[in-house]
Amino acid sequence: MAVELDFAAVLSQWPLLLLGVAWTVGLTAISASLGVLLGIVCAWVASQGPRWLRPLVASYVELIRNTPFIVQLFFIFFGLPAAGVRLSPEWASVIAMVINLGAYSAEIVRAGIQATPKGHIEAAASLALSRMQSFIFVVLPPSLQRVWPALVSQIIIVMLGSAVCGQISTPELSFAGNLIQSRNFRAFESYIVITVLYLALSMGARLLLNRLGARVFPGAHRG
Amino acid sequence: MVEFTLWDILRNLLFAARWTVLLSLIAFVGGSLVGLLLLIARLSTHQLLGRAVAAYVQLFQGTPLLMQLFLAYFGMAMLGAQTSVWTAATLALTLYSSAFLTEIWHGCVLSISRGQWEAGQALALGFIEQLRHIILPQAGRIAVAPTVGFLVQVVKGTALTSVIGFVELTKAGTMITNATFKPFVVYSSVALLYFLICYPISAYARSLERKLDAR
Amino acid sequence: MPADLTPAVPALTIAGLRKSFGSNEVLKGIDLTVAPGEVIAIIGKSGSGKSTLLRCVNGLETFQHGTLEVDGQALAQDNAAAMRALRQRVGMIFQSFNLFPHLTVGKNIMLAPGLVRKLPADVLLERARRLLERVGLAEKFDAYPDQLSGGQQQRVAIARALAMEPMMLLCDEITSALDPELVGEVLAVVEALAKEGMTLLMVTHEMNFARKVSDRVIFMHQGRVHEQGPPERLFADPQTAELRQFLSSLQ
Ligand SMILES: Nc1ncnc2c1ncn2[C@@H]1O[C@H](COP(=O)(O)OP(=O)(O)O)[C@@H](O)[C@H]1O
Ligand SMILES: [Mg+2]
Repeated sequence: MAVELDFAAVLSQWPLLLLGVAWTVGLTAISASLGVLLGIVCAWVASQGPRWLRPLVASYVELIRNTPFIVQLFFIFFGLPAAGVRLSPEWASVIAMVINLGAYSAEIVRAGIQATPKGHIEAAASLALSRMQSFIFVVLPPSLQRVWPALVSQIIIVMLGSAVCGQISTPELSFAGNLIQSRNFRAFESYIVITVLYLALSMGARLLLNRLGARVFPGAHRG
Repeated sequence: MVEFTLWDILRNLLFAARWTVLLSLIAFVGGSLVGLLLLIARLSTHQLLGRAVAAYVQLFQGTPLLMQLFLAYFGMAMLGAQTSVWTAATLALTLYSSAFLTEIWHGCVLSISRGQWEAGQALALGFIEQLRHIILPQAGRIAVAPTVGFLVQVVKGTALTSVIGFVELTKAGTMITNATFKPFVVYSSVALLYFLICYPISAYARSLERKLDAR
Repeated sequence: MPADLTPAVPALTIAGLRKSFGSNEVLKGIDLTVAPGEVIAIIGKSGSGKSTLLRCVNGLETFQHGTLEVDGQALAQDNAAAMRALRQRVGMIFQSFNLFPHLTVGKNIMLAPGLVRKLPADVLLERARRLLERVGLAEKFDAYPDQLSGGQQQRVAIARALAMEPMMLLCDEITSALDPELVGEVLAVVEALAKEGMTLLMVTHEMNFARKVSDRVIFMHQGRVHEQGPPERLFADPQTAELRQFLSSLQ
């Protein structure tokens, strides 16, 4: 049995594909920045923040890590309006991605902070730095450097996970695929092209983020 | 319209959760078997085979599981196979799991010192004997915790099969929402059920890890 | 001992052996013949290729040129079955012991003879106990490697190699990882083996031991056998500047 593949019918829709790529990259860039920031704040709470906040942060981290992203997204987009919070698909997607990445990066950053040598903290204290100054200038940078590869992997996982945001009509890459296949009835070819684009995006993102890490944290010889 | 009580919602979701659990187990067991074969191929001295497995891993780890599900579903349809969402979901999740598991296990095997392989070689053991009697028992001990941890990822991954129409926990949630117009309660319950499935596994994986560290 | 009328087949014959790692030639033409029962000590600076030479003999490394015969059998590098047959005849002891940490001492010893020789359980048990007794560790049969001192672990490694009844043993700096007070117990085992007629090829930094036990000392320098001879002569009257320098660097 001959199977004929028609990729031209998909590639001719390149403006849609391009738009989808732009949305996926944009969503990922925003949620990566905010998500890692949220993760750092949570990691700070977990390691030296106010005690009363710690169980709250721990519950948030466990709740997110033990439920699927698609359910988190649906809860925010379909569930919250019942509680009076109405969000556009795009905003719902960004918020879901930030909350998701925040929980995972909190765990990752916390592990990095735990590996901080005691001597560094004592040295900072002996230089009369406040606890906050010590955290921001002494503890955090090497901790982030230690766990940067894990953070990069997690950001890419979130980017690939964002494919379900098309299910609530966020115009990202997989949504472009849904549109294209509904026009040309070439579902398999459409999703092949979309998948290849995701593969390229994830490889590109890894390269870019590794470069960024090498630039922001010079001296890669350190742990 | 029939009035759904919270108990009705939970009962229906619990029924659907069976399929989440079953699909997870099938994908995990199938993925383990395929993953073990891939691991052996990757460790063999056959260079090309090793590189092919590395590419396979990169392919599955570098693309969305949702696309893998779509491709399995539409690909099987195109090949004229009798497509059911069951087979598409099982196939995609099994391959997906095999890629992740083989990568996890490969890391564990690499952490065993070369001297262990060489001692086996020097004692005239063959490749499979070295693997079976020397390397895997040691790598296996390290691998248990991350492998159990990955099971959580599989359970969460099954939620995506709802998109191709497989009626498991998430899809049931959507259907019940459409019938009850109570999205807040329904999706909270869905999340809760996932949490009840996943959290014990996560906690178990963590305790295994701690036990290993303590040694 | 009855006088041999026919010349014995050498235990090991190496001719024109060359080995490179990428573009780095590490062995630059080794010629060496070892008689059955001969005890050879290999000395030389770090990086001179001693380990690589030993590893070529039992096929842990592949080489590019030259030939290598064990007991008259040419080594066939790309024939897995032939390599396994060879390794049953040539045992190896490593600097870092490489005991299998997940197996008891007894199982470490019985694993290979059981799998490769398919010996029945009672023979295996008897052999393991006898060998452990021989290296002075009879009571450690059920211990795990991490419950033993370094010296004890290395003696188990020797017993493990002997369980395959090899005709030749390769020892690569087998006391270098040991605390000084544990070196003696391992060397005593090796010395006993030498006395019993085992063919031994040992890389060592223990010059006194080499002098006492070996029949011939081989000095390797930059991938070649630079000088060789009986220990009395070699240590007392080195012929080359490189060996003189090496020996004086040890003092
Ligand atoms: N696996 C390897 N890959 C590349 N180079 C190696 C490898 N093993 C050894 N070498 C090189 O071969 C040379 C000889 O090493 P070796 O035989 O270990 O010396 P020795 O045992 O005399 O100290 C050294 O320059 C070393 O760097
Ligand atoms: Mg060496």
